[in-house]
Amino acid sequence: MADTPLISMRNIVKRFPGVTANDQINLDLYPGQVHALLGENGSGKTTLMSILTGLYRPTEGTISVNGQEKKFTSPRDAIDNGIGMVHQHFKLIESFTVAENIALSQISNSFLLSQDAVVDDITKLGEKYGMVVNPKSYVWQLSVGEKQRVEILRMLYRNSKVLILDEPTAVLTPQETRELFANLRKMANDGCAVVFISHKLNEVLELADQITVLRSGKVVGCFGRNDTNRYGLIEMMIGRDINVNKSNNKQEQSLGEVILEVNNISALNDVGTLGLNGMSLNVKAGEIYGIAGVSGNGQRELAEVLAGLRPATCGSIKFKGEEIIGMSPKAMIERGISYVPEDRLGMGLVPNLDASENVILKEYGTSKYSNSWKVNKTAAIKATEAIVKKFDVRMGSIFQPVKMMSGGNLQKLLLGREIASHPKLMIVLYPVRGLDIGAIESVHKLLLQLKKENTAIILVSEELEEIAELADRVGVIFSGKILGEFPVSAMDTELVGSLMAGITENKEDMV
Amino acid sequence: MNETLLISILAASITAGTPILFAALGELITERSGVTNLGVDGMMLVGAATGFMASVTFHSPWLGVGVALLAGGIMALIHAYLTITLRANQVVSGLALALFGSGLSSYLGKNYVGMRPEQTFEKLAVPYLSNIPIIGPVIFKQDALVYLSYGLVVFVAFYLYKTRAGLFLRALGENPAAVDAVGVNVFGLRYLYVIIGGALAGLGGAYLSLAYAPCWLENMTAGRGWIAVALVIFALWDPWRALVGSYLFGGIDALGFHLQVLGIPVSIFILNMMPYIFTIVVLIFVLIRRGGRLAAPQSLGLPYDREER
Amino acid sequence: MKIKVQKSLAPNLTSQILVPIFAVLASLFFCAIFFALTGKDPIEVYSAMFSGALGSEYGISETFVKMIPLALCGLGVAVAFRMHLWNIGAEGQFYMGACAATWVTLSFPTLPFFLMIPAMIIMGALAGGLWGLLAGWFKVKWQVDEIISTLMMNYIGILWVDFLVYGAWRDPEGKNFPLTAAFPAAAMLPTFGSLRVHYGIFFVFILALIFWVVFKKSKWGYETLVIGSNPIAAKYAGINIRSNVLLAMFISGALCGIAGMVEVSGVVGKLQPGISPGYGYTAIIVAWLARLHPLAIVGVAFLFAVIHVGGFMLQTMGMPSATATMLQGAMLFFVVGSDILTKYEIKFISSKEGEKNE
Repeated sequence: MADTPLISMRNIVKRFPGVTANDQINLDLYPGQVHALLGENGSGKTTLMSILTGLYRPTEGTISVNGQEKKFTSPRDAIDNGIGMVHQHFKLIESFTVAENIALSQISNSFLLSQDAVVDDITKLGEKYGMVVNPKSYVWQLSVGEKQRVEILRMLYRNSKVLILDEPTAVLTPQETRELFANLRKMANDGCAVVFISHKLNEVLELADQITVLRSGKVVGCFGRNDTNRYGLIEMMIGRDINVNKSNNKQEQSLGEVILEVNNISALNDVGTLGLNGMSLNVKAGEIYGIAGVSGNGQRELAEVLAGLRPATCGSIKFKGEEIIGMSPKAMIERGISYVPEDRLGMGLVPNLDASENVILKEYGTSKYSNSWKVNKTAAIKATEAIVKKFDVRMGSIFQPVKMMSGGNLQKLLLGREIASHPKLMIVLYPVRGLDIGAIESVHKLLLQLKKENTAIILVSEELEEIAELADRVGVIFSGKILGEFPVSAMDTELVGSLMAGITENKEDMV
Repeated sequence: MNETLLISILAASITAGTPILFAALGELITERSGVTNLGVDGMMLVGAATGFMASVTFHSPWLGVGVALLAGGIMALIHAYLTITLRANQVVSGLALALFGSGLSSYLGKNYVGMRPEQTFEKLAVPYLSNIPIIGPVIFKQDALVYLSYGLVVFVAFYLYKTRAGLFLRALGENPAAVDAVGVNVFGLRYLYVIIGGALAGLGGAYLSLAYAPCWLENMTAGRGWIAVALVIFALWDPWRALVGSYLFGGIDALGFHLQVLGIPVSIFILNMMPYIFTIVVLIFVLIRRGGRLAAPQSLGLPYDREER
Repeated sequence: MKIKVQKSLAPNLTSQILVPIFAVLASLFFCAIFFALTGKDPIEVYSAMFSGALGSEYGISETFVKMIPLALCGLGVAVAFRMHLWNIGAEGQFYMGACAATWVTLSFPTLPFFLMIPAMIIMGALAGGLWGLLAGWFKVKWQVDEIISTLMMNYIGILWVDFLVYGAWRDPEGKNFPLTAAFPAAAMLPTFGSLRVHYGIFFVFILALIFWVVFKKSKWGYETLVIGSNPIAAKYAGINIRSNVLLAMFISGALCGIAGMVEVSGVVGKLQPGISPGYGYTAIIVAWLARLHPLAIVGVAFLFAVIHVGGFMLQTMGMPSATATMLQGAMLFFVVGSDILTKYEIKFISSKEGEKNE
């Protein structure tokens, strides 16, 4: 290991309105090292890397490259300093060839496009590091793993010495993961500093030389691989005891019969790989089933399958005994299945319409809000006023476009609408994301109220406290399936943390 | 069919297809950069009118060409400002341009209707090459602007596929963020390519009034600008295919006239429908084959919004 | 105290009404400069236009005659545009409607008025509707861009009419002109006295009112609004987008088809080439200027008819009637450009507030 770090980030602070995303972070990256960044959602790792790649400017702190302090005013500066990043969502042009995509990032003043030189270089680079891709093939023809290779080759082509990969194994098969790790090791041995962002503990322990754990914007630990073990890391990631006995909001309630039975379903995600892989769970009436897990492990895909917005490729879904797999969104809604999406303004509401027009979004055709061919505006307005009052939604007027409302109130309106429809099953994703404390409390109260009305609720959340407070049972989702399930009374840091990081007693499930 | 007739039809196909080719090349460039400009027909008309006026007034067809280029470019500048800077709806802005151009050209050219220009673009035979049997007189016995169009196709193809600037042009229409990330000015480039597209449309119109007809008549494009727009899609945004498509449509034009002369009883109207029916059919075929995607530049029609820093 | 221009989110009175008015005035001003530069006194030009269109009984009648097809096509365009379906095919749908209506008169020349007219209306609507539906189907089935398909079908429709009137439908007693025989009296919409204005105007008001109610109050109006505003939310809400695309294109085309029928039955009295001087295209501007509001469409159609007829009268001044087209195009430009103004508002903030932002 060399003496001077390639990159040195010192005392990095990044503040956004209302939140400190990075708080006095120090990070050193050495050539020849694979450095893993470990942390939950919201720990600050993405922000930190955005600063390193020039997307954000730090509120305080410095970045030094090879001992020299630098200021990055744009992504271009970071690239010029040899820093490259492969994002979770690739930035490739599908209809270009591999060579053309890489040529685009080339820094050259030549008029002519010398494809042959590029093709040669790519082939050589590919062979050197084991990332073989046909430079002349079109990107749309490639598999996801191959596309990732193109992104990595692009960085190498630009002589990036710092290679940052954000959750690279999320889209890979186990075989591809093994190949990737071997190739990353080669690059490190060749003098690069590799940064590997992940929440999958097994992978981190397999690949990384150095591990930095972030939590709530701070560095809570920095170790060499041999100086720690998985349990220590888990504890550091989650960092506190989840107090399960805070259930003063929950009264004992006898649960009803099983409303939803999901059996071994699989589904593709937007990239074309498996988003759900043998997912099974069931929920009873009046039960809150909390799904914990790092975002991106299939939560959205599960919700969309249940809402009829995404096809499942196999398995069965029984709702009150009826097989509903493959049914349309309308059929799901009619059966009393309510989906509260994470994208409130993009999917759950129509931004340009006002509150009363949004409240009737799913029910405008029913006798509740319509008679024969007309929409009953009076009923809609009345219902909206009732929702606004009951759920304490603050807005200028119910006749303003909802896009003018603040995030918290949007969520209250959305939830209010869904709850007012008296669903039998509700799937709600990240309900308190971006809300202030008061709003969070209100939302939790609403969910508990709904539970009392015997609705089955699937609560997907990133906040373990929230799940501890509200759920009856907890399932941890990882790589598209429920890796482990237990009653909330059995919830503790170690158990949840391990499962979230992909570690389970069951050897077959481990990657 | 005897040789003279064949040559006549083929040569006429090229001549008839040339105005469409200029306009299509222009729109192709514009759309490759990510902007839709439906005002092609209007820009052609303005180019035709202003080009004719300049040519007659200053006794120089080449000056007419220059003025037409300028006029088309200025019209496109309006569209560029509305759609790139103000981020207005590209469809409606283009339509406004088409309509305004139609009215403007009629207004400007009113006093020039029926005039015959003294000088036009005469057919020039290329030595040796024009003596090749059949192909010779068809391809190499055309006027200067047609030769210009040949060169333009070659140049555009070369630019698009073999130069770095062309790579960026293609990337602009697919993923402007990728271009921005490398520090290249997305807005400036789009302005440039939209204006070039307009200039070429103006040139296409000028060809009509200075070489093809040559004269000025109200709405003399007869919708050729719209065919050019469809042609760009039909050609999958590729200059060589645009060449073939233009001559195909030109051929239908030429064929119709010749069939009439020969007394062959195909209704000229049904024949004239062919280009339009053809366009839809080809479009469907292409979309089925490619599964609906990968034909159009991915960011076509979407205004570019830079993310917050 | 600072003046700040910031993004405004709510549509307010300013944006909905003042901005279009501003756009109209600005375009009048812009064209006035144009006229002046080419040696014509703009005041003279405009007063000639307006007095020509509105200054005489004949003028007003002509204005209404022109307004009717514009308003009907405008309504058709609005139905499609509401869902962000860019139906550029109003012109072709107009021709197909006229064609179908003519077919009724040619096939059943002896029908009495109260059967003939409804039959013509139905067939006209059907033909226009199917012409629009076809493009809608191409879009739903193969994602063919409706801008291109409807545009192409304009030409096909116009040429189809040419084909018929130059061929099979040509009036044998018409001295070889490309036109059908004159419609029997039963196929003609009555006019108001000796003026050219015909009962088609009732269609305009009735249909405008119907669609105003449909847009504002009906379930379908709500569905189409949601689809046009946020198709993702529409899908989430279980709204069937595919069938709505087909329905909207059909209704859109049907309205334009009715416009065609009304024109041949109320004004022309036969089928011939060129029955539309671009109504389908102008209707797009009308609909856009009226922000797709059915009642406003009638008003804007009237305005455009005034310009159109006025432009015609300009010919006596030595200006081409195309001046009108120029003016209309300019208006659309200014509306499109000034749309950006509706997205912003001017705010006055005290210096204390100003410091809060990052």
